[in-house]
Amino acid sequence: MLKKLRILLATVSFILITLLFLDFSGVLHAWFGWMAKLQFVPALLSSSAIIVLAIIIATLTFGRVYCSILCPLGVYQDGISRIAERRKKNRYRFKQSRKWLRYSILFVFAVLLFVGLNSIAILIAPYSIYGRIASNLFAPVYQLINNGLAYLAERWNSYAFYHVDVYIKSLPLFIVSIAYFLIITILSLTSGRWFCNTVCPVGTILGFFAKGSIFKPVINSEKCNSCGLCEKNCRCSAIDAKNKRIDYTKCVTCFNCVYKCKRDAMKYKLAGNIDNVKKVDKIADVPSEGKTSRKTFIATIATVAAASALQAQEKVVDGGLATIVNKKAPKRETPIKPAGSVSLKNFTSHCTGCQLCVQACPNDVLRASSKLETFMQPEMSYERGYCRPECTKCSEVCPAGAINKVTREEKTAIQIGHAVWVGQNCVPLRDGVECGNCAKHCPSGAITMMPYDPDDASSPKIPSINTERCIGCGACEHVCPARPFSAIFVEGNLIHKEV
Amino acid sequence: MENNISRKDFLKVVGATAAVSAVALSGCKSDNINKETTYSVGDIPKDKMTYRINHNTNDHVSILGYGMMRLPFKDNAIDQEMVNKLVDYAMDHGVNYYDTSPVYCRGNSEVSTGIALSRYPRNKYYLATKLSNFAPQFWSREASIKMYHDSFEKLQTNYFDYYLLHSVGNGSKGLSGWDTFQKRYIENGMIDYVQEERKAGRIRNLGFSFHGDQRVIEWLLDNHDKYHWDFVQIEMNYIDWEHAHDVDEDNVNADYLYKRLTDLNIPVVIMEPLLGGRLANLPDVLANTLRQRTPQNSVASWAFRFVGTYPNVLTVLSGMTYMEHLQDNLRTYCPLQPCTDEELHLLMDIANQYLKYPIIPCTSCQYCMPCPYGIDIPTNFSFYNKCVNEGTIVEDSQSKDYRRARRRFLIEYNRQLEADRQVEHCIGCNQCVSHCPQHINIPEQLTRINSIVEILKQNV
Repeated sequence: MLKKLRILLATVSFILITLLFLDFSGVLHAWFGWMAKLQFVPALLSSSAIIVLAIIIATLTFGRVYCSILCPLGVYQDGISRIAERRKKNRYRFKQSRKWLRYSILFVFAVLLFVGLNSIAILIAPYSIYGRIASNLFAPVYQLINNGLAYLAERWNSYAFYHVDVYIKSLPLFIVSIAYFLIITILSLTSGRWFCNTVCPVGTILGFFAKGSIFKPVINSEKCNSCGLCEKNCRCSAIDAKNKRIDYTKCVTCFNCVYKCKRDAMKYKLAGNIDNVKKVDKIADVPSEGKTSRKTFIATIATVAAASALQAQEKVVDGGLATIVNKKAPKRETPIKPAGSVSLKNFTSHCTGCQLCVQACPNDVLRASSKLETFMQPEMSYERGYCRPECTKCSEVCPAGAINKVTREEKTAIQIGHAVWVGQNCVPLRDGVECGNCAKHCPSGAITMMPYDPDDASSPKIPSINTERCIGCGACEHVCPARPFSAIFVEGNLIHKEV
Repeated sequence: MENNISRKDFLKVVGATAAVSAVALSGCKSDNINKETTYSVGDIPKDKMTYRINHNTNDHVSILGYGMMRLPFKDNAIDQEMVNKLVDYAMDHGVNYYDTSPVYCRGNSEVSTGIALSRYPRNKYYLATKLSNFAPQFWSREASIKMYHDSFEKLQTNYFDYYLLHSVGNGSKGLSGWDTFQKRYIENGMIDYVQEERKAGRIRNLGFSFHGDQRVIEWLLDNHDKYHWDFVQIEMNYIDWEHAHDVDEDNVNADYLYKRLTDLNIPVVIMEPLLGGRLANLPDVLANTLRQRTPQNSVASWAFRFVGTYPNVLTVLSGMTYMEHLQDNLRTYCPLQPCTDEELHLLMDIANQYLKYPIIPCTSCQYCMPCPYGIDIPTNFSFYNKCVNEGTIVEDSQSKDYRRARRRFLIEYNRQLEADRQVEHCIGCNQCVSHCPQHINIPEQLTRINSIVEILKQNV
């Protein structure tokens, strides 16, 4: 019964969280977005004391149920282990907990978070690992299936499905995600929940509390004959059948042992002693002082310009479409972060790199950074679209407090960056045609077209940017006809401003 | 655009076939009055084509002329196999006038037309092509003459039955229609050159096609004694008959042009009888009015019968992309049934009502394309026109159906056009404006569509 309940809850939570990473329409996020907010590391980073406390209290009461039900990476490993168990039964055996390794990993993890070096710390954060796998490997499959349905829908004049572009948003992250996927899958095929009980910092923290949990599986040493069936079926390698002992720091209360035991010697019940309970660990404190290392790029506008230039093709015959060169991202000295991030520092010290916002962005603006110091953490760029005024999706889904919730109205007054003009690329000067598309599409009216030569009102008009009004949405950059490099681009703000 | 229309046309034909297939195969038998009868749209007669006589050369020209401007494409190139099939079918049913130009179909129309027609004896068809020296690089005498000579080679012939100065009256970048005409034909002496070519017999009939600046056609016709135009090609249909000037003040009404040419006894060739398919896709209310009258005929057939009704019309050009277009037109013209006075009145009435819709008068001729900044102008316009015809543009965000209609509109827009080809990328460089024979202020119209799209996107 307990096991069935665990499997049911785990399946539901796993499916819902996975769907959060797959759904691009934003419908599911409105209903189940909170699922992501129950995750431990994001809750810790977003200072959701209530959720952190709730998880700890649940652990103190029932053991590591978080790991067996809520953690998508944990449930994924359970699923894979299950497949492995079909091929070879009774495959696990007890292993001594490598305490020094677990605690030193946890220590390093905590220190990294504390000093704001998230991009390294999040390499082993379980929820975001799963997020990266789901968004980079599962989502494309989901989208391809969707596109197949969209193709049929189009033939049948239905609007139930629509096409979405499937592409690799960040090659380094894609490769890393494949590596994660292979490592985690192979590990759980061979060693069950080895990751959870050796590497995972959340597993270590919760294991620490689980030692003193009120309910736990207990071996009745009178009934037990040390047959080892429980040990051989424990994915956590937590049961030492010979000595009739259980390592509760490793046990995720999956209840498999309870139902495996033929002698009824294993019971999940009220434990005698709860002396190990300690108060909330220091780690639960949110890193308040983050030191973000940020390399400054010496990106000269000249290099940007040099590589540019689609010359307007001269029309000789009728029909056909001009070839369009794809836009390329300019080098931004400061990466752009979505409205609600407050500041670059706030973003980098909270983001777990789970890619949920990347998946939720309907305008293809967010993608994972490939830079070492912010690796996997999303940043904005406007080659495929711009941050449209009606959308606040990323701020709604972020579970980690990297992007705080903003309303549509608030967003219109937050300057996340400011537009910069690149004269060499500007079409009126380069091609000698009228333009002004940046000014036409600026939602905050920050761009005015002005004659290039102040003394000659008939000279080509170029954009004059009022940076006080600019909110950095990138509409100008996106609609700029200069390709591959736009003649106007957004440079991020270190601290977001009110306009 | 062509796809749209054709899909719709196709469905229409299929629909019509299905609808009437409940009438009479066995209808000829006398004993089955009460039995269910079947009916098929039937074969198109091969010997019933209406012909008009060109009094200059005594050519017997089929009233349906084949416009080689909208040829079918496959994998980004002309589908030659299909072109051959279409030409075979047209020849088989009496179509003998084929009209092309060096610039049509991205410059490939002449070659394709040459391949398809050279399979027939040269005296079985009349060939029309043009001096399409629009781009300034062709304004020199040498470049224009080269274009003229290239046409012989591409069309695999040593004479043209009909040769046209292409689209006189149309302006070019920064120049009026009049000035452009001077550059293209007068200053380089090409207008005299083609006269000589006619004398030499390499051009049997010399004429011009006209769009736009009225000064040019008036001048050409005032000098008819000198140049002796054998024919003139004009845009004519039941909208442009009395309303071309209403649609755009630079346009000249077709009734005036037709009468002027008839008074001079110059045969008239008709282009845009269907306005690039727009008159086959009328707003539902108007289309139903016409279908009510002749349920078995297509809406397009009305437009063809309208122009065919005028006796000085030599031939009516139709850019038939698909077999269904061709068959439908053959049904209309094998033989032609001229419109009655009452029907002409009805069409004038339809024209009056049609003008009340905010439809963009684009005929998808592709003259504006390629847009140097990548926008697919005709598809954007045809998408918008389709929405107007079907009444699918919602403006009231409070209306009950708003969410659904918004979703449909935006999804459909993305289906029709890749993101980079959509209106928001129009920079208003105005390079397209001078190319448009309909004188549409393209950037202005694209901006109008953009604001509709933008409002829908923002009002979630």
